[in-house]
Amino acid sequence: MLSFATLANPSFFMRLTDRVLPWLAGVWILLLAAGLYMSFFVAPADYQQGETVRIMFIHVPFAWLAMFCYMIIAVSSIGSLIWRHPLADVSAKAAAPIGAAFTLLALVTGSLWGKPMWGAYWVWDARLTSVLVLFFLYLGLIALWESIEDPSRAGRAAAILAIVGVVNIPIIKFSVDWWNTLHQPASVMRAGGPTIHPTILWPLLVMAVAFSLMFLWLHLKAMRAEILRRRVETMMMTRVSSAVALKAAE
Amino acid sequence: MMGPFLALIRRDLRIAHRQGGALATALGFYLVIVATLPLGLGPDLNLLSRIAPGVLWVALLLSSLLAADRMFNDDYEDGSLEVIALGPLPLELVAFGKAIAHWLSVGLPLVLLAPLLALLLNMDGRAYVPLMLTLLAGTPAVSFLAGIGAALTLGMRKGGLLVPLLILPLYVPILIFGVSAIDAVVTGPGSFTAPFSILCALTLASAVLTPLATAAALRLNLS
Repeated sequence: MLSFATLANPSFFMRLTDRVLPWLAGVWILLLAAGLYMSFFVAPADYQQGETVRIMFIHVPFAWLAMFCYMIIAVSSIGSLIWRHPLADVSAKAAAPIGAAFTLLALVTGSLWGKPMWGAYWVWDARLTSVLVLFFLYLGLIALWESIEDPSRAGRAAAILAIVGVVNIPIIKFSVDWWNTLHQPASVMRAGGPTIHPTILWPLLVMAVAFSLMFLWLHLKAMRAEILRRRVETMMMTRVSSAVALKAAE
Repeated sequence: MMGPFLALIRRDLRIAHRQGGALATALGFYLVIVATLPLGLGPDLNLLSRIAPGVLWVALLLSSLLAADRMFNDDYEDGSLEVIALGPLPLELVAFGKAIAHWLSVGLPLVLLAPLLALLLNMDGRAYVPLMLTLLAGTPAVSFLAGIGAALTLGMRKGGLLVPLLILPLYVPILIFGVSAIDAVVTGPGSFTAPFSILCALTLASAVLTPLATAAALRLNLS
């Protein structure tokens, strides 16, 4: 019986992911190829936004993953604080740079879209601002991981910060919405969303699934790399300490 | 429980009073930021008067962060933090008391300096009372959140550089509601009470919740 406890065993995790990862990579590459084809050749250009509307097909998945990844970190952090589980630790650490990258990509693609639409690369729209703050939260997490040497200590410190962050995200979102409605009346608001036509919805869905699987693949890869890195570190430590013991014996 | 708690605050205030360094640095920093700004923006009094509340709030957040990483570090280095942790007071209350002491010794003096600096920026006369009210209501939350950063970076060599990166994003709501309450009075529209009540709620919530995170971080770094 495959229980959570077996899955949480690092060696079992390594064996399982070793088998699953190539398949996963195949699926997301195929889906991404299909999604890209659909978004360039199936989806029509918007009559108002022209060809730039195609940026949405990558921008929306990036933005969704930016938030999803923080949730992964938060759940892993709770797991590592309560059960002190090494894999939860590794998962939180591996997810942070990937989440930061997706957040940055969402910001960049958003501002590339914004330049022709709003006439500026950056406007202090409520959504943009709260995603920017989310990016800062990611940077803080990564910086904290980098500045504490002992991995289990760094893991617990980062977990505390991640949970503080996840409590704050709704408050930040609410406050930025408030601030935006106060300073900028409707000028920046999206033109009232017309119901999405299937020719746009399908490419978007395919791209979203493709990028989500790509995220999962990257996350598992990064977790494997982190586990291997820790094993190498332990091996080096034992080698050094046995060398020191030998020296002392001579 | 009350005895050790008050003793802790009294002790911290006495140390802050006798050393005096942290407070003088924070006040000096506040003055220098606010005084440098017109040099960069030009001496247009209308512009300065319009942005004064925001500038005073942002500069205050930065100045209070300057002293924040010392909140636990001095006690950590000379070992008294371990003694305090072994004492009768739960670490959550220690974290709460330390934040209160930080607010009394650094936050409150900064708030009292703000109206003087407002004169330099030609702030609108109607903004003084709301500025003081929002600062008084919001700055305790600033100290409580700074406590988390100070506890997480305890004993780190470059901790002082890390705290602003960790904590400034968490200040966004305090800043927004503080400034928008003042703006509601000076330029309208909107009411003062709504953002001000939310600001008070943020302070009360952070008073209850942040000691838990700070204590967890302290426990981690003391183990």
